[in-house]
Amino acid sequence: MEWANQLCENRQFGSKMTDSKYFTTTKKGEIFELKAELNSDKKEKKKEAVKKVIASMTVGKDVSALFPDVVNCMQTDNLELKKLVYLYLMNYAKSQPDMAIMAVNTFVKDCEDPNPLIRALAVRTMGCIRVDKITEYLCEPLRKCLKDEDPYVRKTAAVCVAKLHDINAQLVEDQGFLDTLKDLISDSNPMVVANAVAALSEIAESHPNSNLLDLNPQSINKLLTALNECTEWGQIFILDCLANYTPRDDRESQSICERVTPRLSHANSAVVLSAVKVLMKFMEMLPKDLDYYGTLLKKLAPPLVTLLSAEPELQYVALRNINLIVQKRPEILKHEMKVFFVKYNDPIYVKLEKLDIMIRLASQANIAQVLAELKEYATEVDVDFVRKAVRAIGRCAIKVEQSAERCVSTLLDLIQTKVNYVVQEAIVVIKDIFRKYPNKYESVIATLCENLDSLDEPEARAAMIWIVGEYAERIDNADELLESFLEGFHDESTQVQLQLLTAIVKLFLKKPTETQELVQQVLSLATQDSDNPDLRDRGYIYWRLLSTDPVAAKEVVLAEKPLISEETDLIEPTLLEELICHIGTLASVYHKPPSAFVEGSRGVMHKRLPARTGSGEGTECPDVGNAAGGSAPEAAPSIIPSQGDLLGDLLNLDLAPPTTTGPTPSTSGMQMGGMDLLGGGLDSLLGGDIGGSPAMGAGFGAAPTVMPASLNAPVGGGLGDLFDLGGGVGMPMGAYIPPKTVWLPAMKAKGLEISGTFARRAGVIQMELVLTNKAMSVMTDFAIQFNRNSFGLAPAGPLQVLTPLGPNQTIEVSLPLSTVGPVMKMDPLNNLQVAVKNNIDVFYFSCQYPISMLFVEDGKMERQVFLATWKDIPNDNESQFQIQDCHLNSEAASNKLQGSNIFTIAKRTVEGQDMLYMSIKLSNGIWVLAELKVQAGNPNYTISLKCRAPEVSQCVFQCYEAVLKN
Amino acid sequence: MIGGLFIYNHKGEVLISRVYRDDIGRNAVDAFRVNVIHARQQVRSPVTNIARTSFFHVKRSNIWLAAVTKQNVNAAMVFEFLYKMCDVMAAYFGKVSEENIKNNFVLIYELLDEILDFGYPQNSETGALKTFITQQGIKGQTKEEQSQITSQVTGQIGWRREGIKYRRNELFLDVLESVNLLMSPQGQVLSAHVSGRVVMKSYLSGMPECKFGMNDKIVIDKAGKGGVTDEVGKSDLGGGGSTSGKQSIAIDDCTFNQCVRLSKFDSERSISFIPPDGEYELMRYRTTKDIILPFRVIPLVREVGRTKLEVKVVIKSNFKPSLLAQKIEVRIPTPLNTSGVQVICMKGKAKYKASENAIVWKIKRMAGMKESQISAEIELLPTNDKKKWARPPISMNFEVPFAPSGLKVRYLKVFESKLNYSDHDVVKWVRYIGRSGIYETRC
Repeated sequence: MEWANQLCENRQFGSKMTDSKYFTTTKKGEIFELKAELNSDKKEKKKEAVKKVIASMTVGKDVSALFPDVVNCMQTDNLELKKLVYLYLMNYAKSQPDMAIMAVNTFVKDCEDPNPLIRALAVRTMGCIRVDKITEYLCEPLRKCLKDEDPYVRKTAAVCVAKLHDINAQLVEDQGFLDTLKDLISDSNPMVVANAVAALSEIAESHPNSNLLDLNPQSINKLLTALNECTEWGQIFILDCLANYTPRDDRESQSICERVTPRLSHANSAVVLSAVKVLMKFMEMLPKDLDYYGTLLKKLAPPLVTLLSAEPELQYVALRNINLIVQKRPEILKHEMKVFFVKYNDPIYVKLEKLDIMIRLASQANIAQVLAELKEYATEVDVDFVRKAVRAIGRCAIKVEQSAERCVSTLLDLIQTKVNYVVQEAIVVIKDIFRKYPNKYESVIATLCENLDSLDEPEARAAMIWIVGEYAERIDNADELLESFLEGFHDESTQVQLQLLTAIVKLFLKKPTETQELVQQVLSLATQDSDNPDLRDRGYIYWRLLSTDPVAAKEVVLAEKPLISEETDLIEPTLLEELICHIGTLASVYHKPPSAFVEGSRGVMHKRLPARTGSGEGTECPDVGNAAGGSAPEAAPSIIPSQGDLLGDLLNLDLAPPTTTGPTPSTSGMQMGGMDLLGGGLDSLLGGDIGGSPAMGAGFGAAPTVMPASLNAPVGGGLGDLFDLGGGVGMPMGAYIPPKTVWLPAMKAKGLEISGTFARRAGVIQMELVLTNKAMSVMTDFAIQFNRNSFGLAPAGPLQVLTPLGPNQTIEVSLPLSTVGPVMKMDPLNNLQVAVKNNIDVFYFSCQYPISMLFVEDGKMERQVFLATWKDIPNDNESQFQIQDCHLNSEAASNKLQGSNIFTIAKRTVEGQDMLYMSIKLSNGIWVLAELKVQAGNPNYTISLKCRAPEVSQCVFQCYEAVLKN
Repeated sequence: MIGGLFIYNHKGEVLISRVYRDDIGRNAVDAFRVNVIHARQQVRSPVTNIARTSFFHVKRSNIWLAAVTKQNVNAAMVFEFLYKMCDVMAAYFGKVSEENIKNNFVLIYELLDEILDFGYPQNSETGALKTFITQQGIKGQTKEEQSQITSQVTGQIGWRREGIKYRRNELFLDVLESVNLLMSPQGQVLSAHVSGRVVMKSYLSGMPECKFGMNDKIVIDKAGKGGVTDEVGKSDLGGGGSTSGKQSIAIDDCTFNQCVRLSKFDSERSISFIPPDGEYELMRYRTTKDIILPFRVIPLVREVGRTKLEVKVVIKSNFKPSLLAQKIEVRIPTPLNTSGVQVICMKGKAKYKASENAIVWKIKRMAGMKESQISAEIELLPTNDKKKWARPPISMNFEVPFAPSGLKVRYLKVFESKLNYSDHDVVKWVRYIGRSGIYETRC
């Protein structure tokens, strides 16, 4: 660290103590030194040491080795030291989960501290530590903090619920935190309300269909009241939440607008933009003849203009949004053209955006000014900006007919400057002007032709060639000009080649006598010498046309062209509507729907503007109005095709968790892959698989989208049937079920004994539990919950113990499981941590499930695919095991395995040795391929497993062993 | 919401890194450095999307602040937050520089923990923060003090604490305006606007209720129609030195500090508030009508052959002769291939600055209704560069002692019912300063 050394000198200079000295040590052995200092008795020294640790952490050094020593410093009454230790914990707890437990006690104690600042600090930090064992302990303190007497603690606890939900959604639901959070919306403190709204909005986003943010006129009223009182940030949270509401009728819509408009005068631009979003959305519902509608339109302009005097970065955000607003409601800013004039010192990103808006606002009234400005910009330095300015002049000509002549002459002036890129850009736009106003400005062609040699960009060359071909009859030397292009035909880009081909054919049709040779030349170049199919095809078509029916050829090639539209590059209306609902957000900056750049289930919902409903209608039949309004945002099926991001959509659909489903494959697998790394682990995962084996890719991606909520039916649907056709296998019901074992002894659970096992029945995973009450009193109120686990197992319903369990009574329960719960890799892989609650206490135990219950019924792979996949999986992923003392022949083994959804695909006998090839598919879409060698008379089998996720191999082997031996 | 916040020095070394969300990996820090700070081509947008992760950045001198997220966050909010973060840091330790950041990194982490929770901005008013985020830590607070802190941080009036006492109740009002102009070479105004700020320094005891009045056209017209209200004419804060006798001005738009009751402004157009203690910006406004342009620049550029330019610039001051403008500077751009410049000016000093490609002409003072002139001969090196010289506009800087928008403060009344001081006991000062914003004339 260069700067660290320099700062070291600084320290020696002044006597003033500064923090920068902590950045200094880079020596070897510093970890040992720090360790010693952390364990020092002196408080000051400890603090210094922790600061050094944090400094190293910032710079990116790994100081996780100091974990126990730093945690030891946690018990202190020095708040600054405590905060530093907490900061360290947040960074490293995840990598040292067992150690992190050491900190729990202090956290729990701090949550009871008399000082509200410390209570809040503890609950805030605990929520940031993503270790399962800690979250278990978080629930109780969080519950207390949510009802704390101090608003500072409550507002911190509200956000903590969102944190916990991010770690373990199920836990938050089960613990009833969502209801407490909803109650906080009516809190007396505005900041608590704002944070509760923010937390609920975020949680609701990942449950698109839940009615979590149950917005109704009463709760809206509460929000609007809090809006006046809370911090600027709180106002943003509330406004963004309000924007998701759909008012019942125009009257309600108007009254909300009236209460939101004062926000337009807020100094914070984000508050202003969020208010604009609410108004733009709710305006849709107001009748246009209403006076208020006009007033509102007028009120919107000034604040939008004021945004342009903010800092440049905010100006950029504002301009991107104004671009949308201008497209949706051009009337708002139609008189404000001048404010979008570019300033010499504006950053380039502001300049380019302003230019865009200028063109959108250009009209007959202001065109003279706009043109003068654009001409000025065309002389600037930045190439991109100049090009855009030149193009803008052309667009003005097309948009405002009266100005066309002036625009053309301006463009000609610019061509005279001979600045290469200006000339090329001008020629491209002049082509469009010709198309818009045929037979009007062709007199300039001569000037254009002078610049033929300087054109080096394909687009400009193509434009010029088009012009020459189109007006061949007016250009005396058209044949010479085109011929000159023909010399380097093969070096041209496709765009130019195609244009040249067409232009010469046009020329031939117009002046057939002198150009026969030329046309033959180009046709042969296109059809014989080119390997571009588009070019070849077009060449052949022309050739055939010309040789069979020249009249028809004339009709086709020289047909009248449709006029080009006035507005180019307008955003497609449905997308525009959606973007209007996202004003102020990243989506409005990118001009893309959130699904195009957000991973996972967030932002899948396509927002829509509300439909207009009359108030009369609304009051007469409120249900209808309500239903229409309410269902609008949920109209999920009408999905806008999102910028070629098909994969993203596929994924999004998958991840929207169905509430009660049987095993839906692929979900958890994808989450597992996509958890870390910037580079879109998801994309690479899917992409890789698809590239490797197409059929498998389809198996992964498509199956769940076809039937995202396939209930308990055997999984497979259409695709599964396809797979089955190959073998035509029935389903013998011989799935292996391990014997029940005691999971929770009565000693550990105040008299409750739990034993059980797992089974897969008709495609449903079931946990079969035997609960025995060995205590003296009656047990009631049973509930069960799983910790996050490798395959996302979660109870698909509540634990059905309907009658109280009396002393010495036993009850057998079977609990259906789903595989759509949160995923976390466990060690061992098939470990499951379970919490069972009854009226006495909560008990924890862990058990291991046989992985065979995750083998799905459509796990039979096609032979071809099997072969390809086997080859495709790298050899490193192959593992070999021995199964000893197994006395089955290959036939019997195959049948037995099939009972547990291990499918034999092919059998081969080589030198008295049977080779069985089998496939297995796990509920999360992972395929396991196996090769089983059975030698007659030898009780020892050899099995080789190949899988893209080699860590499952061990578990799968255990299954083989268990199934074959029982 | 915001997933993480990083601060880098100009080399791209990380000074501060705080991650709030699990979806932001450690490699995000490097991704920004590689793709933005060290990018081969200058990044052309303050928002960058790298591998489905969005980065927002602002620069302060040579410090980069970057916020990162994977969600569809409120972009305007993120930038507002980054600016706020800069303000908070500046309030704690002065200039946002590499050295200051390193010297205060513990404090910055503490602040980041407080003002962003799980990526959600929380109370970021320095007044409130300073009550409990101190480098000394909080010691020996009584229970009352603690609950006072928490209620202030979360409360409705987060910007002012209770129990402030001054022996002398005093307040200073500065009306600071910047005039922006873009003029064509022919003297036609292409665009002009004033963006103004009312900055207040208040040293008032207790929880005073204030009411601010100015010559806003809407208020005056309303008052004129509906009979004279008690406020009109009671201009105890007159003074200043506006030049024209304009009665009222049309304000295009204004925004207020969060202490101002916006709903009251919306309904009655009255500006009432409980002020923060010390210095703050009460309001910002923008006007475009009837602006007094303090100076006019008349350029004359003549190209003599390919190697010489003759430039003559006249400036005219346009305000009351009794007032003085100060710090006048005219900047005349010169072509890149300038080899030598001769300047003659009647007033002030002019110099050719080769490094800035401009002739800089400075005049210390100039009274109203005067005129001054500069002429220069610019020698050019012959070039074969086809590209024409872009002729950047002539820009101007100055400071005048009046408000070019014509805004006048009519009153600022202070009410504090619990303490026994009245509006008359408060000493009030008002000052008007007009400065040039972007004041350009094309040539």
